[in-house]
Order: sequence, then structure tokens, then C-alpha cells
Amino acid sequence: MKLKIERRLVESRQRTIYITILSALSLIAIVFLAYGVNPILAYEKVFYGAFGSWYSLSETITKSIPLMLCSIGLTLAFQTAVWNIGAEGQLLMGAIFGSGVALSFPQWPAYLLLPTMFLAGFVGGALWSFVPTVLKTKFQTNEVITTLMMNYIATKILEYLLCGPWRGKETWGFPYTEIFSSSAQLPTIGTTRIHYPTLVTAFLMSVALYILLTRTKLGFEIHVVGKNPEAARYVGINYTKIILLVMMISGGLAGIAGIGEVAGIHHRLRIGISPGYGFTSIIVAWLSGLHLSSTMSISILYGGLLVGGEMIQISLGLPIGVVEMFNGISLFSMLIGEFFSRNKISFEISSKGG
Amino acid sequence: MSTIKMKGITKKFPPATVALDNVNFSVKKGEIHCLLGENGAGKTTLMNVLYGLIKADSGDIFVEGKLVKIDSPKDAIELGIGMAYQHFSLVPTNSVAENIALGHPSASFLFPLKMVKKTIKTLSERYGLSVDPDSKIWQLSAGEQQRVEILKVLSKNPRLLILDEPTTILTPQEIKNLFQALKQMAAEGRTIIFITHKLDEVMAIGDRVSVLRKGKLVKTFETVKTNKQELARLMVGREVLFRLERPSVQLGKVILEVSDVCALNDRGVPTLRNVSFSVRENEILGMAGVAGNGQTELIEVLTGLRKATRGSVIILGKDVTNQSPKNIAEIGVAHIPEKRIDIGIVGDLSVADNLILRGYGKAPFSKGIFLEKGNIEKHANKLAKEFNIVTPSINTPAKLLSGGNIQRLILARELHGEPKLIIASHPTYGLDVAATEQIRRWLQKQREQGVAVLLISEDLDEIFSISDRVTVMFEGTIMGTVDADKAKLEDVGMMIAGAKTGELCIEVKNRT
Repeated sequence: MKLKIERRLVESRQRTIYITILSALSLIAIVFLAYGVNPILAYEKVFYGAFGSWYSLSETITKSIPLMLCSIGLTLAFQTAVWNIGAEGQLLMGAIFGSGVALSFPQWPAYLLLPTMFLAGFVGGALWSFVPTVLKTKFQTNEVITTLMMNYIATKILEYLLCGPWRGKETWGFPYTEIFSSSAQLPTIGTTRIHYPTLVTAFLMSVALYILLTRTKLGFEIHVVGKNPEAARYVGINYTKIILLVMMISGGLAGIAGIGEVAGIHHRLRIGISPGYGFTSIIVAWLSGLHLSSTMSISILYGGLLVGGEMIQISLGLPIGVVEMFNGISLFSMLIGEFFSRNKISFEISSKGG
Repeated sequence: MSTIKMKGITKKFPPATVALDNVNFSVKKGEIHCLLGENGAGKTTLMNVLYGLIKADSGDIFVEGKLVKIDSPKDAIELGIGMAYQHFSLVPTNSVAENIALGHPSASFLFPLKMVKKTIKTLSERYGLSVDPDSKIWQLSAGEQQRVEILKVLSKNPRLLILDEPTTILTPQEIKNLFQALKQMAAEGRTIIFITHKLDEVMAIGDRVSVLRKGKLVKTFETVKTNKQELARLMVGREVLFRLERPSVQLGKVILEVSDVCALNDRGVPTLRNVSFSVRENEILGMAGVAGNGQTELIEVLTGLRKATRGSVIILGKDVTNQSPKNIAEIGVAHIPEKRIDIGIVGDLSVADNLILRGYGKAPFSKGIFLEKGNIEKHANKLAKEFNIVTPSINTPAKLLSGGNIQRLILARELHGEPKLIIASHPTYGLDVAATEQIRRWLQKQREQGVAVLLISEDLDEIFSISDRVTVMFEGTIMGTVDADKAKLEDVGMMIAGAKTGELCIEVKNRT
């Protein structure tokens, strides 16, 4: 028996998706079985936990908002072949900048304070992606490393602020700031936690970026830089300018996601505002095949996985690690899906001569 | 007796391409066997089957009479088959020695470079393929990379050596050296398959020749029993016009004036040394010379991709020294780059998008910040028709086009803006006879319309077929300039090898 791998001439996106889903479900099933849990039952619980009631659906959407904002920004960066692994840190810096505004001007009316916070969040995130991009263009540093490292710096700055100058007076020693004034809190839909101004921003930004990439001169330049930087140089497109711009948009959107969390959910700055949204978004961006048209729906799917995963932790008594494995397994499954879509595999009985 | 026999090889690429159609091909021990055919005839595909890169749909391969299965290059290498590719399989960021050590069966686990460097030295001295083992591949010109590619295969000491169009960018001297080395290897009992579309090479080196046309093996000859005309006819199915008629035209004003230009290469070494020349309206200036003698750097200086450390470049009376590529393109300079797939196109973008790579920022392709998709499509359809770009649709990714069609695409784009100066680097490198002829005709037509053309090529046939004057670059300086009608090929060959024109007593006259 001999394994034969041959490159297919035509890749099928559909085949990728089917194989990805199938292999993810079967790999996770192994984990469930190892815990003595019936995988079918577990999947059912995850699904109902995520989409089974109005409440769970609203939670799913709430959790998908930061994923949307981060992953549309990452999609743009990845399209330009800049590997931004720093959405998590950019999200935190956005939250820090926005919280700074909220804590400094609590008396401002909401119509002034909230937009200023969004702006500050964008600036915070953009600044955090600007630094590694400048290092990349000036000194050819690898942005995968620098953006990743910037995450840790952001986490440490957050910890310093919360344990030091920004710690609230009535937080019983917890590393929290004071609760924001009511004008710094985002409105939600009814009794749900869906902070709709952020959701609308995410939707508008994804439409705007879609138009940017498909209809504009700048979008054309982004495609050329992303797909062949040498050709960009040859026709005189300014590489540095394009990737700085793209990375600042990418970081800025992650920063706005941070505002959504502090102003929409927690109403204060605290440790643990993001359970790794910035990292999960990398998977969301890849799974949507770097198409902005699929990013929103994949974000909701992953929001659902987070909510449904919490559900089975409680109802099936599974450790949180199992849920966290979803992310890794789904990315791995996508690689499997892409491999099978790109290559034709066959077995043959070989009688090798010579 | 046949060393290698391929029997009934058929390979189809869905949906409708039959790359190889029941091909029977065999080579004898110790012979140099030329595989002749146009681009797309199936030469490389046939050899890829033999080398295990492509699996044939049907057919058998016999080595020394035994049926073998070659499923991967590893199998082929074990059988003593080695192949040098036309498109180089080198790692750009690694050095020459590292590339040769990579996957080398006898490289030692520790310090493999030491042994490899010795091999490189021995081999390059033996075959006259000199190359610095410590240079990074990306710093080398296409010609030097070709040398590395050949050395890489030679270093494995193969019994059968497949060379895929190895001479395309070598100098006459280098070709002579290579041919000598190949003959020597054949005499030692090695077999050589030599893929080419050049008839002269077949006659110069081949013991036998097999002609492929559209996936079919037309005929196998002993070279002494055939002639160029017959081979050419079998190869293309019609008689070919080799030399283009050059209608005489009045030379106009000077379009490009280069004075005393100096520049460094990527390694920071002074590479251009006081280069001065000019090109006028209605003139094609052919620039000959071995790759790596400063041509790449010169083109980059002229098109704004590299800074000149001194001297000036004046185009249409305007000083454009060290201006941006965009500014230079906008005053009417077209650039047909040497590395057409790496630089000239964006492979993942559509044909239509590639056609507006220069003009996307201007009317009618954009308005304000938006692209005008309708106009872009109209433009693409028009140019595809005008320049015979064969593509399934204008929305097809450019990387799926054949080499000739990619070059037509680049020409269509570069000539569209009615340029005043065309800088064309190896414009027909690796193209088939039909595409080559067409591209030379287009350049010729531009000349008749008053455009100044700077043609940089290592192919002397190309230079002489369309140039008015021929200038030679050697180690970063201009060796001399001769009138194309009066110069002898041999004289230019001497300059390429570093001899000054003064010693050759060629008088250059301005034609009016």
C-alpha cells in the first residue's frame, strides 16, 4: 500500500468547509468520549446553549460583537499579508484609552462622551498596531513576533493601572476601576446585554471595508501590496503607507471592540474584560476565508461556541479546558480541510520495479 | 540499447488539455538527446513525468529494460536521474552553497557547507560556471541563478541529466563551455536530455533530436540526417521568419540621455561605473551583455527603483534622476521587466486588474476614490483582443496564463499609455517562436511610430533581429556601441567577454 498525494488543479471552497466541519466535529467527539460524555448529547447542549432560546441567542450575539470588530480588522491586515497577531493587546489598549476618557470626563453628556470614547478606543488600538508596523517598515522586524509581544505589554499596562493609579475606592481591593458614570455606559436592546451601538459600528465597518476592498483605488492598492509587494514597488505604490494605514485600521477596530466590553458589558475597566477575543478572531478571520462577507456569520458561530461551551461546563461538568480546545481543534480542522481540498489522496498497491 | 524508454505516455489536464498524447520516447546511454518544441508542446511535462513530478494517466517507463515506477523526484534521483529546471527551484534568502547542500544526498549532517563548497569549486572550475558560493540567491541575476540551478543538479553526479532550456540566458562563451562539459559527460557514459526551442543548439550539441508538437512526438532524428529548416517546419508546422525587416526611419530627437551614472548593487558594492549612452526617437538600442554585469541595476536606476549615486538620467529633456517609479512612468516610460512573473504581474489578481496596474488611479479607470469597474472591463476586453491575450476570461487570475500570454498582458498594459520610451528587459525570454515573433514585431512597430526603445537582452539573435545600434555592458561599464548592420556577431561577443571596441576597429556611424 502506498499513499499518493497529488495536487488538485481546482480548489473547492465548499469541500474545504465540509471537511473542516466534519473533522472538527469528529475530533472534538474524541475528547467528549474520553470524558465519558455522549458527543451527540454534548453537541445538542452546545447548540441549545447557544441558539436555543432568546436569552441564549442574545448572549451569543453579545459575545460575537468583539469577535466581529477584531476579525474584520484582521481580515484586512491578512489580505495585505501583514500578520497581525496583536488584536488582543489592541483591544486592551482601546479599552484603556476609552476608560481614561470615561474616568476623566464623567460629567460629559452621553452624546459627547460615548463618541469620544469610541474615538479614543480607536486611537489606542491603532497606536498599539502602529508601533510594530513602524518597526517592520523601518527595521524589517517580523510583525508576528512584535504584535504578539505587544499583547503582553498591554496586559501589564492594564494590570499596573488597575492595581495602581486607576484602582477604584469602592472595589474591596479588586483590581477594578470605579463604575463609569451613566453617560459612559452604552445602551442595550431591552433587557439583553447586546450593546447595539457597537454592533451597528461593526456592521457598518464591515460594509465600509468590503466597499473599500472591492470598489476603491485604495482597495486595489491593498490587493497589489498584499499579493505581490514587488509588483507594488514596480508600479510605484507606497508600501509603507499602505501597510501603516491597514494596520492602524486593524488595530483601531480591535480598540473599538475594547470600548464595547468596558462601556457595554462591565461598565468599568477590570482584569479579564476579554477571554481571548483577539486570538479567537484570528481563527474567525481564517475560517471565513478572509472574505468580509462571511466574517459576521462566522463571528456569531464562534460567539455561540463560547456561550454553548459555558453551558456544557455547567450541565455536563466538563472542565473549561475542553471548551478552550474548540478553538485549537477548529483551526487545525480548517488546515485539514484546506489540505484535502488542495490535494487528491489515493491509495495504491505498488509493485516497485527497478 | 536504450537506457530509458517511455512508452505510450499520456497526460490530460482537465477540462480539455491533452498535454501528452501517447508519447513514445527513448534515449541511449551516452547520447545527448535534444527535445525540441515550442512552449506548451509538452517537453517539460514529459520530463516532469520522467522526474516523478507529474503522474501520467497511462504509459510505462523502462530503465535499462526494467519497468520502473517513478512516483517522486526522490525515486528519480535514486535511479540516477537529475533535472535542472527552467524556472529555478532555489530558496532566495539562502546562499548558493546552502541551496546546493539542501537535499544533497552526500551532504554530511554536521557542517554540510564545507563539503558542498568544495564541490561547487571543483564543478564551477571544471565547467566554467563561476559563482560565489556565499552569495544569497536573491542578489543574483537570472543568469547567475541559472548557473546555480545547473550546479545543483551536477553536484549529485547523475547518470541521466535533464536540462530544461538551460542556455536561454547564458552568454555565447558560457554556452560553449556548457556544451563542452556536456559532451565530456556524454563521453563518460552519461546521458543528457536537452530541452530547447533553439535550432542552433540542436545542431550544435544533439546526437539525436525528438520533435514534440502539441503533445505529440512528431519524429526522432539523428541530427546529422536532418537540417534546421526541416526541424523548424516540424516544430511549428509552418515556415518561420527569423529576421525582421527593418524599414529605415529618420532618427528624431534624443529621448533618453544617461550621463555618468554610478550605482551600488544590493550588497552595497559599486556596480554601475560612469555609464553614459543615449537613445533617440525611432531607434532601438540593443544592450547586450552577460546577466550580472549591471544591467539589472541600470534598469532599476532608469525606472526609479534604485538610487543613482552620481550622474544624471534625462528623459524627454526632463531630469528624472532618482525620481519615484510613478513619476517616471507618468512622463511616458514603459518598463517590461525581466522577472515578469515576480514583478510584472500580480498573479492572484485578474487579467483585467493586471491591465490597469499602471493606470488604476486615473480616468477612465477611477473617479474620485472609486474604481470604474465597467470601464476596467471594457478596457480589458479591448486589450485582450488587440494583443491576442489568450485567457478563459478577463476575470481569470493572471497566474493561470501561459508565459507568452503573461508577456502579452504586460506589453498590452505598458504600451497602452502611448509611451515615449520603452525599456524592455529580456522581453522574449522563455517564450515560444510565435510569441517571440509577435513581441519583436510590436517593439518594431513602436519604433516606427517614433518611440525610443532600450532593449536589454542576452540573446544576441534577439538584439540583432530588431536593434539599430548595439551597445555592450561589461562589469558595469559600456564597452562600446556598434551599428547593428555593420557589426559582426563575433565582435560583439568579444566585447561581451570584456574586449574594448577600439581593439576591434569598428566604426560607428550615425545613420540618418
